[in-house]
Amino acid sequence: MPDTLTPVLTDNWGDDRAWTLAAYTERGGYGALDKAFAMDPAAVIETVKESGLRGRGGAGFPTGMKWGFIPQDNPRPKYLVVNADESEPGTCKDIPLMMASPHTLVEGVIISSYAIRANKAFIYIRGEVLHVVRRVQRAVQEAYLAGHLGKDIHGSGYDLDVVVHAGAGAYICGEETALLEGLEGRRGQPRLRPPFPAVAGLYASPTVINNVESIASVPSIVANGHGWFASMGTEKSKGFGIFSLSGHVRRPGQYEAPLGITLRTLIDLAGGMREGHELKFWTPGGSSTPLLTAEHLDIPLDFEGVGAAGSMLGTRALQIFDDTTCVVRATLRWTEFYKHESCGKCTPCREGTWWLVQVLSALEKGQGSESDLDLLLDQCDNILGRSFCALADGAVSPITSSIQYFRDEYVAHLTEGGCPFDPARSTAWAGQEVLA
Amino acid sequence: MTLSEETLVELKEIAARYPEPRSGLLPMLHLVQSVEGRITPEGIEACAEILGITAADVSGVATFYTMYKRRPVGDYHVGVCTNTLCAVMGGDAIFERLQDHLGVGNDETTDDAPGLRSITLEHVECNAACDYAPVMMANWEFMDNMTPESAVQLVDDLRAGNEVRSTRGPRIVTWREAERVLAGFPDDLADDGPAAGPASLVGLGIARERGWTAPHPETDSGSGRTADTKQEAVEQADTARAETETKQEDSDA
Ligand SMILES: Cc1cc2nc3c(=O)[nH]c(=O)nc-3n(C[C@H](O)[C@H](O)[C@H](O)COP(=O)(O)O)c2cc1C
Ligand code: SF4
Ligand code: FES
Repeated sequence: MPDTLTPVLTDNWGDDRAWTLAAYTERGGYGALDKAFAMDPAAVIETVKESGLRGRGGAGFPTGMKWGFIPQDNPRPKYLVVNADESEPGTCKDIPLMMASPHTLVEGVIISSYAIRANKAFIYIRGEVLHVVRRVQRAVQEAYLAGHLGKDIHGSGYDLDVVVHAGAGAYICGEETALLEGLEGRRGQPRLRPPFPAVAGLYASPTVINNVESIASVPSIVANGHGWFASMGTEKSKGFGIFSLSGHVRRPGQYEAPLGITLRTLIDLAGGMREGHELKFWTPGGSSTPLLTAEHLDIPLDFEGVGAAGSMLGTRALQIFDDTTCVVRATLRWTEFYKHESCGKCTPCREGTWWLVQVLSALEKGQGSESDLDLLLDQCDNILGRSFCALADGAVSPITSSIQYFRDEYVAHLTEGGCPFDPARSTAWAGQEVLA
Repeated sequence: MTLSEETLVELKEIAARYPEPRSGLLPMLHLVQSVEGRITPEGIEACAEILGITAADVSGVATFYTMYKRRPVGDYHVGVCTNTLCAVMGGDAIFERLQDHLGVGNDETTDDAPGLRSITLEHVECNAACDYAPVMMANWEFMDNMTPESAVQLVDDLRAGNEVRSTRGPRIVTWREAERVLAGFPDDLADDGPAAGPASLVGLGIARERGWTAPHPETDSGSGRTADTKQEAVEQADTARAETETKQEDSDA
């Protein structure tokens, strides 16, 4: 039985100047690279398959299998694209990873590119994180100077170039085909599939797109073996992952643990809920994953466990809200986000999210009647599964789940003619004013 | 005013980083903002000409992404996260206080006042720092765990030209300088600031305290393979969220 927390990716974050090549190399960094080069690329793919690593960007698709989809008989160049767009509300793991240890990502990029036989890789970082862009730019530059990138890396005969690319503000560019559009210099609107990126992705060439944390996990798997990775986690959700706790707990932050840990354990480690308050609702994997409540404190946080509870593990973005928080206000704000971020390509999402905001704002102000709740659910029904990409499915998640668990609270807005909550009580500084 | 020769050379340099030049458009537009203070018609023309596409194409891209601004941005861009988690934790109160304090609305810039730098105020979406809520961004540098008071102090310091440091990064450069880094022309500040802020380190700290580690590298539990076929993998994945790679067709197996 592994320990409760298993720092691997976060293990060096506290080191002095952890982001530098010197610090990374000092702890054995870039050692996995030689181990990979001694293997056939196909054997590296096999190792990642055997580890059971599943995508850390929200979907949980097996990473090694995805790499295996790249048709190696296709004469076009192959590309690796790292999805560093991290914009799903609540998700805050890739950004600190790239800030603290960008070389873990760069080493992962080299090994992964070697495995799929790509000679060019791109790291697409959301633009709104200046210092993270700097750190990754610097890491790539250092890696070139040290001979980890460029021609004939470590005398292996393998060449790789890496381009660091800053986005410009668009949640939808986290969706992998919209990301490719952005990377090709276009409006970030999702593409029709098929063809799938593995066959015709960037520049219509075979392309693997993986999340930062997925790629950053690869060096440790190659270094320590797939059996080591698979010794952590649960039956179908192997390995470790970074769990991001935010909101009304005493010590929000990043907790790296085997998949399958429970929220009860995590909140306990985080010092509990704020003094005098109770857990009311939480997102297991960002705002696109249906809300859960205190009933669900003991479900294993792995793909299967959260799925069985009616939600999704997503990005392990645990946003925690206590009893001071109005669920209608929270839901309305998320809905406004989806409306703002809808790329406009398809009608159910573009118009639907607009309508959802109209109805929800009225409800939040205490206007309308209880039948509007059913209208709202109807609208959600018309959007779910009828839109072009999963942004729209995510948009209805907070609405349907909050009505499922907190219908009474919606009704209370109507009977009381407005929001019964005092937003001041939810703030980080609530209860401290009296002292000041 | 047309762009300088130097800028045109740099724009071409960006396009040349990519197998297909048009891929350079997003960073090129960042560079336009760094020299022009916003996306200008001249900047759009220059990009279009270099990439051999129409100005309408470039315009269509520039209007799609929220970081590109048609109106001049101030010396400093100040963002307040008002996505749900931050809003609830106090982001709404902070944004309100700053609107009052600066006398501007969302996406507006303070008037030029003698001796003061200008500030563009905007509410922003989740910036991947929720464990530091409420979060603000100053020229896209993290300002963590803000309060209405510290927010007012921040904008007052920026306006007065006092040096301000990110809570997890370097001193705040100007918005134009920041845009230049995003265009792929690094400054020399990568080594400033800590590796991680305190919240990023809490789990690690607890693990160290209690002697918790990942298993010994010799540990071997055998195969962890969870799916042997694409079909099985699809069934196991969160398909609602990730249709892209999960709805693989049998034909391309
Ligand atoms: C609206 C939307 C936003 C997304 N945002 C991200 C993101 O910010 N980062 C990410 O890695 N994946 C994001 N994804 C998932 C990607 O489409 C894709 O599944 C993922 O990058 C694959 O990498 P993985 O297999 O390593 O997880 C998003 C999906 C959707 C539908
Ligand atoms: S569902 Fe929304 S985000 Fe996705 S393609 Fe349609 S309009 Fe764009
Ligand atoms: S909600 Fe503000 S940083 Fe995530």
